[in-house]
Amino acid sequence: MSEPLVLGIETSCDETGVGIVRGSTLLADAIASSVEEHARFGGVVPEVASRAHLEAMRPTVGRALETAGVGLDDIDAIAVTAGPGLAGALLVGVAAAKAYALALDRPLYGVNHLSAHVAVDLLENGPLEEPCVALLVSGGHSSVLLVPQVGGEEVTELGATVDDAAGEAYDKVARLLGLPFPGGPPIDRLAREGDPAAIAFPRGLSGPHDPPFAFSFSGLKTAVARWVEGRRRAGEDVPVADVAASFQEAVVDVLTAKAVRAARERGVGHLLLGGGVAANSRLRALAAQRCAEAGLRLRVPRPGLCTDNGAMVAALGAQLVRHGASPSSLDIPADSALSIEDVLV
Amino acid sequence: MFVLAIDTSSAAVSAAVGPIEDPHALVIRTQVNARGHGELLAPTIADCLRSAGVTPAELHAVVAGVGPGPFTGLRVGLVTAISIADARGLPTYGVCSLDALAVADRRVLVATDARRREVYWARYADGRRRDEPSVSRAEDVPLEGCEAMVGAGARQYAEVLGLPLLDGDYPDLRRLVAAAAERVLAGAPSEPLTPLYLRRPDAVAPGQPKAVTP
Ligand SMILES: Nc1ncnc2c1ncn2[C@@H]1O[C@H](COP(=O)(O)OP(=O)(O)OP(=O)(O)O)[C@@H](O)[C@H]1O
Ligand SMILES: [Mg+2]
Repeated sequence: MSEPLVLGIETSCDETGVGIVRGSTLLADAIASSVEEHARFGGVVPEVASRAHLEAMRPTVGRALETAGVGLDDIDAIAVTAGPGLAGALLVGVAAAKAYALALDRPLYGVNHLSAHVAVDLLENGPLEEPCVALLVSGGHSSVLLVPQVGGEEVTELGATVDDAAGEAYDKVARLLGLPFPGGPPIDRLAREGDPAAIAFPRGLSGPHDPPFAFSFSGLKTAVARWVEGRRRAGEDVPVADVAASFQEAVVDVLTAKAVRAARERGVGHLLLGGGVAANSRLRALAAQRCAEAGLRLRVPRPGLCTDNGAMVAALGAQLVRHGASPSSLDIPADSALSIEDVLV
Repeated sequence: MFVLAIDTSSAAVSAAVGPIEDPHALVIRTQVNARGHGELLAPTIADCLRSAGVTPAELHAVVAGVGPGPFTGLRVGLVTAISIADARGLPTYGVCSLDALAVADRRVLVATDARRREVYWARYADGRRRDEPSVSRAEDVPLEGCEAMVGAGARQYAEVLGLPLLDGDYPDLRRLVAAAAERVLAGAPSEPLTPLYLRRPDAVAPGQPKAVTP
């Protein structure tokens, strides 16, 4: 039998994503984003995002089908992000997915957005049928995960942020530097021209008695704010590139150190990166360097697949189909606070 | 010609399946649960199809109440209607959800619950809507030309509005289908299902970030 053809729908935040995969082959990844409508608010406005999802849903499905060169009748299963995310936004995708599943008489898989960020790696780097450690770093989450099998139903969280997520820290620091939303890409760009050792910003929860795989970024954000305010108050220019580079170095230093340590302690051979912040060029470079030093293999999807998209949902759905997971029922809720360890709803 | 009809503009989650030619043969299922649209609608539609003995492939059109109504529930109904129609290649027809409450032979005010101490409303005479649907506080709804009122909003603010209250708090899918029947039967062009939100999204642009040093 050929691999399952799966359509995946993602609406947990401000991107309406529809992806189509056959097994772990990517056929289409259509996205409509409302990010520009949110930019002037400095963050995602839930009602604006939900309205945009409703408008974009059918056209985005249409574009994905066209790109993949398949019809809805060819689809074997529908996967959808059931959580976590913005409740009203999730609901649009979940309702659409149920409707397609019902009208086409195909199984529905309500999946975890964070596991999908991890599973998307399969589309580029192929199957990984042994345990790995995954560093999931996004706008709402920063966690170190033990993943027995990428795309499987089991995930264990070894540690997580106790306050802000890494992406959130990028967004907040960008705002205080007067950079646009979302803050990750502009800081990434500016940091290339700055000196990462210019300012010694704190590395949160990195002491010998701190929990080994937990993160904290809110103290870092405050330290950056203090430093910038001090400069401004003294009437001096703020060296934005140096601040960006030094802030970024503090973030990726802690992220990679802890992720590599987790992989070594767990005796696994691979470290996998996922989530929007995994698009960061410095995080990718430092992770590559530290994995090489530790004898670990690094797996990281291309930047376009790190941020939210429908292909990641389809990729996870296809694995669940392959492993014979039971489909979700038509009455599943959209769960804005879905636990990171619940892969399938 | 079988139609699927959906309305999620109120606390009622409603679906119907049946022949467009005979509204009395429609299988209608309604559950009242103001926060349950996302979970209840798809199983309710499946139940209607099963009870009517109709498969999705046998449907000819989808009729949906486009509101006004609380946004989150309303969107569930509309995206469901749009997606089912897309999956089966069906035309969609939109009906103002307030029209599904109007009583044909009376001059009535239809008022539904808009939350935030407001109602969605419109006035009707001879079965026709006389106003664009609006949202306002019950005190501010004009009552001229109305001899009675109907709808969950009318019930909730019965004392303020003061007109005789008729039965039927939620959109009636038989009326909803009837309102679209002519277009469905004539094979009129498919219509975009545009929600009647009547309110802008709540969103405020942020000020400068707060200083962290005193
Ligand atoms: N090149 C980059 N460098 C650093 N951060 C980045 C980069 N590109 C995107 N980001 C950050 O990634 C975040 C968005 O990632 P993603 O889309 O995965 O988050 P989300 O879906 O909002 O959150 P979650 O996945 O936790 O629900 C934003 O905070 C953004 O600033
Ligand atoms: Mg995400």
